[in-house]
Amino acid sequence: MRNTISVLLLGLFFCLSTLINAADKGGQAPNVALAELNGAEAGETVNLADYQGKLVYLDFWASWCGPCRQSLPALNELRNTLENADFEVVAINVDENLDDALDFLEKHPVDYPILLDPEGNSPGLFEIPGMPTAYLISPEGEILHTHVGFRKGDAEKLEVLVNYYLTEL
Amino acid sequence: MRATHCAFLLFACIIASGCTSVSPWEKGTLSRSEMLLTPDPIEQRLADHVYFAKEASSSGSAVSGGGCGCN
Repeated sequence: MRNTISVLLLGLFFCLSTLINAADKGGQAPNVALAELNGAEAGETVNLADYQGKLVYLDFWASWCGPCRQSLPALNELRNTLENADFEVVAINVDENLDDALDFLEKHPVDYPILLDPEGNSPGLFEIPGMPTAYLISPEGEILHTHVGFRKGDAEKLEVLVNYYLTEL
Repeated sequence: MRATHCAFLLFACIIASGCTSVSPWEKGTLSRSEMLLTPDPIEQRLADHVYFAKEASSSGSAVSGGGCGCN
């Protein structure tokens, strides 16, 4: 009987362990250092910590991710609307093949910095639950909000949330 | 009997070694069109329509979506 309970508890532990994300609301965002694809520092290694002092929307995306076709243009619009605020969208592309990302960006161009992680180390650090997943990170590096997927109407909700934190922080 | 159990366990271990979990960010290759069971989406839709009509069910053959774990 005791053995059965032990086995059941062990099974439950393994089941629940998959539900725990490394980067959760209230926690500190893991620092990542990746090569930048575009912008002023193209080709150079950029640290996520370099953006401390700004409210950051960190977005993990890939060319094969369906909702990313909606999220990238929406985030670009939001970023350009809040260009003069202490806010930046930073995207991490996880495509294994750079050409796939470039083809996608040709169809959906963006003005915000894109970091490249073809090995997928940074999504592993954050343990993202799906694609796309985004994190709203405070100027001090604290995770304020996690957003999984991207559906119709999410852009408006996100704008409200970003404006709220821009006035609160 | 014990030998049969051992053989069964060994066989189960060998089979299980082929199992792996694919993280959401590693599904790029799986989402390629050549990985689909039916590469033609229109043909698949027609096949699904016939299947659902015959089986009197809806969305019974598979879940929808690209497998990115987002919906």
